[in-house]
Amino acid sequence: MKSELLIKALVASAAAACVFGVHSAKAAEPLTIVSWGGAYSDSQRKAYYEPYMKQTGVKITEEEYDAELGKLKAMKEAGNVTWDVIDVDSAHALSGCDEGLFEKLDYSKIADTSKFLPGTALDCAVGTIAYSTIFAFNADVYKDNQPSVLEDLFDTKKYPGKRALLKKPFGNLEWALLADGVPAGDVYKLLATPEGVDRAFKKLDTIKSDIVWWEAGAQPPELLANGQVVMTSAFNGRIGNAIKEGKNFKIVWDRQEFDWDYWAIPADSKHVEGAYDFIKFASDPKNMSQQSKYIAYAPTRVEAIAMVDPKIAPTLPTYPENMKTAVTTDLQFWADNNEDLTKRFNAWLAQ
Amino acid sequence: MSLAEAAFIQAVDGVPLKIKLARAERKRKLKAVGLVLPLFLFVVITFLSPLLVMTLKSVENEETFGRLDRTREALASWSGQDLPDEAAFAALAADLKIAGEQRLAGEIAKRINYEFPGAQSKFKTITRKVAAMETGPYRETFLSTDAAWGNPKLWRVIQGASGKYTAYYWLSAVDLRQGASGIEQVPANQAVFLDVYGRTFWIAGLVTGLTLVLGFPVAYLLATQPASRANVLMIFVMLPFWTSLLVRTTAWFVLLRNEGPLNDLAQLLIGSRFDMIFTRFATILAMTHIQLPFTLLPIYSVMKTIPPSHVRAARSLGAGPFLAFWRVYFPQTVPGIAAGCLLTFILSLGYYITPALVGGPRDQMVSNYVSYYMNNIINFGQASALGATLLIITLVLYWAYNRLVGIDKMKLG
Amino acid sequence: MSTSERPGNRRGLAGKPGDFVEFIDIQKTYDGETLVVKNLNLSIRHGEFLTLLGPSGSGKTTSLMMLAGFEVPTQGRIELDGRRINDMAPHKRDIGMVFQNYALFPHMTVEENLAFPLQVRRMPRADIEQKVERALEMVQLSQMRKRRPAQLSGGQQQRVALARALVFDPKLILMDEPLGALDKQLREHMQIEIKHIHQKLDVTVVYVTHDQSEALTMSDRVAVFNDGVVQQLATPTDLYERPENAFVAQFIGESNKLRGVVSSQNGKECIVNVNGHGDVRAVPIRANGPGNKTTLSLRPERVRINPTDGVFTNQFDAQVEELIYLGDHTRARVSVLGTDDFVIKLPNAEGVPDLAPGSPIRIGWKPEDCRALDWS
Ligand SMILES: Nc1ncnc2c1ncn2[C@@H]1O[C@H](COP(=O)(O)OP(=O)(O)OP(=O)(O)O)[C@@H](O)[C@H]1O
Ligand SMILES: [Mg+2]
Repeated sequence: MKSELLIKALVASAAAACVFGVHSAKAAEPLTIVSWGGAYSDSQRKAYYEPYMKQTGVKITEEEYDAELGKLKAMKEAGNVTWDVIDVDSAHALSGCDEGLFEKLDYSKIADTSKFLPGTALDCAVGTIAYSTIFAFNADVYKDNQPSVLEDLFDTKKYPGKRALLKKPFGNLEWALLADGVPAGDVYKLLATPEGVDRAFKKLDTIKSDIVWWEAGAQPPELLANGQVVMTSAFNGRIGNAIKEGKNFKIVWDRQEFDWDYWAIPADSKHVEGAYDFIKFASDPKNMSQQSKYIAYAPTRVEAIAMVDPKIAPTLPTYPENMKTAVTTDLQFWADNNEDLTKRFNAWLAQ
Repeated sequence: MSLAEAAFIQAVDGVPLKIKLARAERKRKLKAVGLVLPLFLFVVITFLSPLLVMTLKSVENEETFGRLDRTREALASWSGQDLPDEAAFAALAADLKIAGEQRLAGEIAKRINYEFPGAQSKFKTITRKVAAMETGPYRETFLSTDAAWGNPKLWRVIQGASGKYTAYYWLSAVDLRQGASGIEQVPANQAVFLDVYGRTFWIAGLVTGLTLVLGFPVAYLLATQPASRANVLMIFVMLPFWTSLLVRTTAWFVLLRNEGPLNDLAQLLIGSRFDMIFTRFATILAMTHIQLPFTLLPIYSVMKTIPPSHVRAARSLGAGPFLAFWRVYFPQTVPGIAAGCLLTFILSLGYYITPALVGGPRDQMVSNYVSYYMNNIINFGQASALGATLLIITLVLYWAYNRLVGIDKMKLG
Repeated sequence: MSTSERPGNRRGLAGKPGDFVEFIDIQKTYDGETLVVKNLNLSIRHGEFLTLLGPSGSGKTTSLMMLAGFEVPTQGRIELDGRRINDMAPHKRDIGMVFQNYALFPHMTVEENLAFPLQVRRMPRADIEQKVERALEMVQLSQMRKRRPAQLSGGQQQRVALARALVFDPKLILMDEPLGALDKQLREHMQIEIKHIHQKLDVTVVYVTHDQSEALTMSDRVAVFNDGVVQQLATPTDLYERPENAFVAQFIGESNKLRGVVSSQNGKECIVNVNGHGDVRAVPIRANGPGNKTTLSLRPERVRINPTDGVFTNQFDAQVEELIYLGDHTRARVSVLGTDDFVIKLPNAEGVPDLAPGSPIRIGWKPEDCRALDWS
C-alpha cells in the first residue's frame, strides 16, 4: 500500500518534470536565421532578432549567405538541416518551393493571407520587405545636370565614367531593353526571342568597357564611395543607408525594378514551430514597421505601411512618387531562362 | 651478372636467393602498408568517396529517374521525329499527377529545363492542369496549353531524362550537346566552358611562371646567405603565409583601386591613373603574391642541400659564373622547381575568391562556375561534371609532366 | 722536376727563380678582427708535391682557397708562374682542384663529370672522348663511366674527383684533404696512387692534410701551419730530423719534451739545466744564450738504455713506469729528470729488453740528437 503510493507519487512527479522539461526546452530552443548580411542583416537584427530574443529568451544565431540554396539542398540530402528561417529573394522563394526545399506555410500560424500585399503571401514564403533595384550616382561628381532617367545610365557621352552593374543577366537585360526604347509591357515578350536577347546585349555592349561588375549587395555603396565608379545599380536600402551615413549619393527611381523579399522555413528544419513563432513576430505590423527605420525597405503588410514614419516614406520604393515608372521582374521568365541566359551572359563577358 | 644467373643462385639452405629476397621484402612491405593504412583509409573516406559520389551525380538523372517511368515506356516505340501519340501524353500526365502530389514536379521541370529552356513554366502549368483532370484525352489539352508540347525536341529531352544515366552534364561541360542527329557543338553564344578551362590553365600557368621567375632568385639569395640573415629574410617570405587569404586579397583591392595609394602615386608622378583593380593584371598580381611562398619554399629547401663546393668545383674546372650556375647549380634545383611549380599550378587551378574580388569580368575560373552551379542554381550534376573535367585534365597534365620530367625527380626539400 | 730557370720567371719577395707559385706577404681576415692567415710567405716549385700540414683551423683551406681564387687575400700578393693572380677569376686560373668531399656533380654520370671541364673549354668532341677515356683508364674506372656519383663507393668517387681535376691537364692541382673521408687502408692505397700519378704526370701538387704520416709519405716538401703562420717548410726528413721549433717537433712524429734554462751556450752545443734535476747537453737551435728558457726535444728512438759508460755525454738515472709491447718495438715510459712521461722506443730486433715496471735503469743520448728549441 505504502509502496504503491510512493510509486504513484514518483511517477506523477516524473511526468510533471517531463512535461515541464519539454516546455522549458521548447521555449529556449535556439533558432538559426539566414540572411544577406551587411546593412540588411543589421536592420533585421534591430527590428526583429533583438526584440524577439528579449521577449522570448530564444537564442538566435545569424548566418550570412548569398542565395546559396545549394548548401540547403546538401544539408537536406545529408539529413541534417541546421537552418531554421531563411530570408529569400522572390526567384528563390518560387524555385525553392518547387524543388521542395521549403515547408509549405500554414498561414493560420502567421496571419491571414489577406493581410499581406497582393503577391507576397506565397505557398512557401511570406513577404517581409519590398525593395527595389535602382541606380544611384555620386552627386559630388555630377553637381548639376544630374542623371534622372534610366537612359542616363546607358549614356556614357552625357555622363562619362565607370558604372557598376550586378554581374548577372537578371535585371540588366530588362533595363537594357527599356533604355533602348522598348515599352515596359513588351520587355519579356521580346526577351523570349533570340532577337530580343541580342538587342539587349547590343545595348549593354555600348557601355561594356565602362562597366565594373558587382556581386554582393554591400559592394555598390563601397564602389561609389571609393570613387571606383560614378554610378551603380544597387538595392535601394544599401544606398539609403550610405546617404544616412553622410555620403552624397542620389538615387534615380526611374524604372526601379520592384521586388520582394520573403521569410521561408527550410523543409526538415528541426525547429519548425519556433520558426513559425519567429515569423509571426516578424510579420506583426508593429514590429514590421520598425525595420524601415533602419533600412529603406517597405513593409509587406497593409497595416504596417500605415505605421511607417512619414518622414521615412519618401525614401521607400513604395512611395507613390518613386513607383511611377516602376517595373516588376517576371520570375517565371527567369526560372525558365536563367541558366541559359547566364551562360550567354558569361560568354558575352568573356568576349 | 645477368638476371637469369641471379635466379639460380641459392642460399645455404637451398632456397633460391630471389625467393628469399621476395620473402624478406614482403615482410617489409606489409609493415609499410600497415603504416600508411590509417592515412589511406582517411583519404578514401574523406576524399575518394565524395569524389566518387560527385562523379556519379554528374551522370545520373537524379531528379527524374523513376519518376517518368510510364512516359518512358510509352515512348519506347516512338520514332523520335514526329509527335508522340495520345498514349505518351496520357503517360506523362499520369506521371506528372503523381509527381505533383509528391511535390516532385518542380524538380522534374527544372531538370528538363536544363536541356530545353522554357520547359519549367510549361511543366508547371501542365502539372496544375492535369491534376484537375480525371480522364483524357490529354493530347489536345497539352497542345492547346502550349505549342511547345508539339515539339519533338522536348519529347526527346523527356525521353533522355527518364533513363537512369545521362551524358548531358559531361557534354555540356565541354560545350557539346545531344542534337537531333548526334552530338553537336552548342551555339557560340552559349559556349563558355572550353574558354573557361583555357583561361583557368592559362592563368594558373602564368602565375606559376611568375612565381618561379620571382621566387627563384629570392630562394637563391636565401640559400646562400648566412643562416642568421637568411632567417630574417625568411620571415618576410613567410609573412604573407600567416595572413588569411581574404585579408591579402582585400589588401590588394585597397592598393590597386582607382583612388588607392598606387594610383595616387601614379597621379603624382605621371599625372594619370590606371585601371588596375578588376583587371586580369590584378588577378595575376594577387595570385602571384599569394602563391609565391608555395613555389619558393621547395626550391629553397632543395637549394639548401646543394653544397657550395659544387659551384666552386665547376669554377675551378674552368666554367665561368654563368656556366657554373647553369650547368651545375640549376640542374640540381630542378626537383625543387618541379615540386614548387606543380604545387602552385594545381593550387592556382582551384582559385576563385581572388579572381572574384579583384579580377575583371573575364577572369572567372572553373571554380567560379562550379560554385555557381553548386550554390546558386543547385545543379549538382553540372557542378560535378565541371569539377571532374578539371580533375581529369589536371591528371592528364600531371601524367604528361611525369613522362617529361619524372615525378621521382620531384623533391619538396 | 727541374728547378732550372724558365723565361718569364720573376723574383718575388720570398721567391727564387724557378718558383711556380708564390705567396708573398699574404694576410687574410674574414671578419676584420682576427687574422686567419698571418704574413704567409711560401714558394712552391714547379713540379713539386707540396703539402700544407697543420691542425684544424690553422688556415690551410683558406690559403688554398686564395690560391684557387675563391677567397681574396686581404693583403699581399699571389703569383702563379710569375703573374700576379690576386684578381684573376677562378675559372681562368687553370688550376685543378679536388675537394674534401669530392664535389662531384650528382646529376651527371662519371663520364659527364670528366667531360665537363673539357666541354667548358669548347674542345672538339673527339678530343674530349679521348681525354676522358685516358683519365678513366688512369684511375681504373672505365667500367663505371655510365654511373652516377651516388652509385659509387667512397674510393671510386675519390678517384673520379682526381681524374676530373687532372683531365684538362692543369699545371697545378690543389687537393684539400682529399682522403679525409676514406678508411685507413683505402687512404693508404690512395696515397700511393696519387703519388704515382704525380710522378707520371709533370704537375705541381699542393696538398692539404692534417694527417702527418700522409704528409710525410707523399710530399717532396711540407709546410707546417700553425696559427696562420708557416712554422717550417722542409722536406719530410728535415722536418722529422731537424724540427726548427717546439711546435714542429711536437706535431711531427713523437718527441720528448724537457723544459729548462740555458746555463751555457756556444755555437755548437749548449748546456741546459732541467729544473735542477740535471744538466743536458744539446744542439742550440733556438736557444737564446745563458739564462734563457728553452724546450729540449728528443726523439724516443734516439734514447738508449743502460749505455756503456762514457758513450753518451747525456746519461741519467731513470725508473721504468710502464711497458707496452708493440710488435716491432717496445715503448717504455720512464720517469727521469723530474718528468714521468718520458718515452723510449726500444727496437725488438735487438731482443726484447729484460725490464719490468719499477726497475731502475740508466738512459743516455747523444747531444746532437737533442735540440734546444724555443720555449713552449
Ligand atoms: N668563410 C669563413 N668565414 C669566416 N671565418 C672563416 C671562414 N672560413 C674559415 N674561417 C675561419 O678561418 C680559420 C681557418 O680556417 P681554415 O678553413 O682555413 O682552416 P683549416 O686549416 O683548413 O682547418 P681544417 O683542418 O679543420 O680544415 C678558422 O678559424 C675558421 O673558423
Ligand atoms: Mg680545411
